[in-house]
Amino acid sequence: MNWENLFALMRNEILLVIAVLALILVDLFTPKAKKKFVIHTANVLFFLFMLWSFVPLPEGTLFGGSFVSKPLIGFFKAVMNVGVMLIMLQAVEWVRKELIPQGFASEFYVLLWSSLLGLDYLISSGDFLMFYLGLELSALPVAALAAFEFYRKRSAEAAVKYVLLAAMSSAIMLFGISLIYATSGSIYFDDILHVNQMPLLELVGFVMMVSGVAFKISLVPFHFWTADVYEGAPTVVSNYLSVISKGAAVFILMTLLFVPLRRYEGTWTLMLWILAVLTMFVGNFFALRQQNMKRFLAFSSVAQAGFILLGVIGGNAMAVKTVIYFLLIYIFSNVAAFGVVHVIAMHSGKENIDDYTGLYRTNPRLSLLLMLALFSLAGIPPVAGFFGKFFLYATAAHKGYYWLVFIAVVNVTISLYYYLLPVRAAFLRRSENPIPYFRSDIYSKLGFAVLAAGLIVIGLYSPLYEYIAQLSQIFQ
Amino acid sequence: MDFSYVIWIPALPLISFLLLGLFNRYFRKEPVAGYVGVASLGTAWVLALYTAWKYFFEVGLQNGQYVPFTPFKWDWIHFAGKLSIDMGILLDPISVMMLVVVTTISFMVHIYSIGYMYGDEGFARFYAYLSLFSFSMLSLVLASNIFQIYIFWELVGVSSFLLIGYYFVKPSAIAAAKKAFIVTRFADFFFLVGILMIGYFVGTFDIETLNSEGTIAWIAQHPGPVFMGLSAVTWALILIFVGGAGKSAMFPLHIWLPDAMEGPTPVSALIHAATMVVAGVYLVARLFPLFYHVGDGFALRVVASVGTFSALFAAIIALTQEDIKRVLAYSTMSQIGYMMMALGVSGYEGVEGLGYMAGMFHLFTHAMFKALLFLIAGVIIHAVHSNLMKDMGGLHKYMPISSWTFLIAALAISGIPPMAGFYSKDEILHAAFEYNFLIWLVGFLVAGLTAFYMFRLYFRIFHNGTREYHHPPKEDSRAMTGPLIFLAVLTLTVGWVFTPFSKYVTPTRVPFTYHIHWGSPLVLGSMAIALAGILTAYFFYYKPTDYPQKAARAFGLTYQWAKNKFYMDELYLFITKRIIFDKISKPSAWFDRHVVDGMMNALGNTTVWISNRIKVLQSGRLQEYGIYFVYGVVVLIMVFYFLNF
Repeated sequence: MNWENLFALMRNEILLVIAVLALILVDLFTPKAKKKFVIHTANVLFFLFMLWSFVPLPEGTLFGGSFVSKPLIGFFKAVMNVGVMLIMLQAVEWVRKELIPQGFASEFYVLLWSSLLGLDYLISSGDFLMFYLGLELSALPVAALAAFEFYRKRSAEAAVKYVLLAAMSSAIMLFGISLIYATSGSIYFDDILHVNQMPLLELVGFVMMVSGVAFKISLVPFHFWTADVYEGAPTVVSNYLSVISKGAAVFILMTLLFVPLRRYEGTWTLMLWILAVLTMFVGNFFALRQQNMKRFLAFSSVAQAGFILLGVIGGNAMAVKTVIYFLLIYIFSNVAAFGVVHVIAMHSGKENIDDYTGLYRTNPRLSLLLMLALFSLAGIPPVAGFFGKFFLYATAAHKGYYWLVFIAVVNVTISLYYYLLPVRAAFLRRSENPIPYFRSDIYSKLGFAVLAAGLIVIGLYSPLYEYIAQLSQIFQ
Repeated sequence: MDFSYVIWIPALPLISFLLLGLFNRYFRKEPVAGYVGVASLGTAWVLALYTAWKYFFEVGLQNGQYVPFTPFKWDWIHFAGKLSIDMGILLDPISVMMLVVVTTISFMVHIYSIGYMYGDEGFARFYAYLSLFSFSMLSLVLASNIFQIYIFWELVGVSSFLLIGYYFVKPSAIAAAKKAFIVTRFADFFFLVGILMIGYFVGTFDIETLNSEGTIAWIAQHPGPVFMGLSAVTWALILIFVGGAGKSAMFPLHIWLPDAMEGPTPVSALIHAATMVVAGVYLVARLFPLFYHVGDGFALRVVASVGTFSALFAAIIALTQEDIKRVLAYSTMSQIGYMMMALGVSGYEGVEGLGYMAGMFHLFTHAMFKALLFLIAGVIIHAVHSNLMKDMGGLHKYMPISSWTFLIAALAISGIPPMAGFYSKDEILHAAFEYNFLIWLVGFLVAGLTAFYMFRLYFRIFHNGTREYHHPPKEDSRAMTGPLIFLAVLTLTVGWVFTPFSKYVTPTRVPFTYHIHWGSPLVLGSMAIALAGILTAYFFYYKPTDYPQKAARAFGLTYQWAKNKFYMDELYLFITKRIIFDKISKPSAWFDRHVVDGMMNALGNTTVWISNRIKVLQSGRLQEYGIYFVYGVVVLIMVFYFLNF
């Protein structure tokens, strides 16, 4: 084992573990009355860590190929870190008001970072063992995170639902992996690519395995947990689940499909086609009848997952670059939307679309951010989301899936309706008693400013897209 | 030579626009906003003069040819191959010349407006718009990519719209602003199509690459599909020219320019006399190698015909107008027609490029004296509170500075040496004579008409007997008379100082020498017809006489037609209202309401219906969720089993 090599390739993970340990120590030696210090430390530590993650990672493998590092993977880790940083900025006020009185401070960050660590291992995995470990490591802390407001019934319910369904999905997935091992005799992705196959058995294993990933991405019909968990869990946790966890799962899905399962391209494109259509329709049909903003965003994120499949189905370097570009934009849009919902819920306790009536008059800047975020999710130019969706369509059309693109366009039309509902409530309607004006804390303000700038700039600043395209060349 | 500081020339007005636009309320105290604008434009002006000096006299000329500089270029959106939309700066003789023209006039107008707009409620807003315009126009001039030109072209249109409609409580101002915007937007649509066609058939938007010999040779071999006997690239150039004709108020897209006079007079001087309206001329000059070479110069012949016709058409209308700003507007249109004509008749190599050089020279001199004329008109309107000539007369003794500067400008536009206009106009007529007798003849006639209507204006405003005024009109503001004197000095000098202009601006960027033959019949003839025009105006208008009525009666119907601008506005209204609205828009609206919306409603209703049917699935019960999960896996396996194996 070459230690330098280990640190160079696994830099992210090692630093994150160090950060976790450091934060626990800091918490241990901070007196009860001064727990706020822990929050600041956590944010500063993670910010430094995030900055470091932008230093490109070298290419290489560890542990005989179980752990893979590539510039593209390094870039995506950095993107996830940015997302987590933005979520953490929104969480500061919540941790201070809700958790510290309960006697928690570092726990939230330790659990969040552990889950992120799991995702880092997940997208770096080169065999099914690392893949499975990463998936579990990312899932278990989330269950605890979802239960953080355990004094609220819904939060506990969300945690239980998540942990049980995740366990079931893991069991099915593990069974699928063992079937693949049975037919191929290897758990390494690269080996599986080259072995002869026993069609039926491997097919069953394949579908079971993919269903486990689909659960994470919340593709229909593996999505049922999404709405209940997002609604019950603390908003920052829902936010994390809807973007970071989902993004990493999409990334690993592409790795799985494009490397070990390349031979089955004909099969999995059909599967993705079916799942994409189901997911878009079901996500939209449910989203449009929601009153609660968190449930609304949950189903919207289901529908968005369907759109993402439009890119994945391309199966080449173009697919990888468009999907990663879309994920980047999606992270910004959804974190912004959830962020607005979060601060409003925290300051006024209101979560319904009707409560947002007349918001523009009392909180114009928040309303504008909400509008930007929802426009981006809906894909209205010139906000970044438009460019993301446009490239996804282009990828699917490039491969000749015209019907799929047509169905997606129909779905975008449906989604426009419900994305505009909160905007209409906030801007066009007047209310007798709108949500009163409140001041956000400085951390959230900073995060919102970055989000608003990102939503406009990412779409227009083409070198970013070029950079992702260049990193994606590793897939043919 | 490092020209990278040139980016500050457009950036300074942008900064003052942002400052005045965003922090409007901090600039309530009147002249402060004006000082901000004047300071930023003044600095830009100095930088532009420095750049011009450096370029023309020190570094530009290398091995007998002016070389282009691109101190800044950012590859904004890259498409396949060489096709990309850049944001860049291109410095070459014409862009540097335009830089000087735009900053000079804009600077003068900024100073002048401190006096003219004093006491107006939206003082800061006015300066914000002026700065926005200056920024857009300077960026347009410096653009290195035709798509960049297009972007700023639209931005110039927007600022023009804002400034024409500056007095937004006046319905006529709103109508004029809309008219200007819609007509130019309509033309810009063709411009955009032309640009896209260039992108498709030539594969680059970069101006230097487009104008290079290699590209022209390539186009000659790959002309693209032919439509109505013209190749695709020729069509693209014609469409681009339509865009230019819209901005430059060429017939038949000129109808917005007279109405645009509803804006404050300094705006007319800056935008609708000196800078924005010549953007079309600049555009043709910018792509001149393409216009000249592609398709045997067909597009250039279109430019020449449209320019010549517009020059005559506008001059005839100008004879009959009563509103001084409208006379000046038609005169502007006529002079721009002159410039287009000059470009159209130009050759390419060496002395052949006389027309191009003369057109650019005329753009340069015209900017000075036409801006001057408008600024004087502003002073007069300020003093008399009317735009109409019948309310004026005998102003010479009240307003001597205006009177003398007006006389200089009027002599310049009529083409009397040594004023600026003489040199450029004479060269245009020379180029036209070499090209085609008929075009020369029209140009020659227009020269006489121009002299006549300008002196009609001069004598009727400043002489024509005496008149009683309630308040004696006076020139009260230094800020307003200062720019007049400065521009008058320029009008007196730039002509002979910069002759021959061919030392600076030529189609091939290789300077050539050119001398005016003072004794030749062409020069004497053009001077003679100008003098004839002036003398006729003198007899008609120096004292109140009844010659004008007699002349009007003698021309009868023709006079009525010209006075009503040949009914062009009525024709447009007929086409838009009777044909487009009734025959096309209404049926489309019906189709949209019943068929398209019907389909959308059906989609909406179906969606809601399905959504209601399936809501039971999301029950909240964990066991059911688990079962659905397993069903999902099983069904997918079944699908694959039966479909694929």
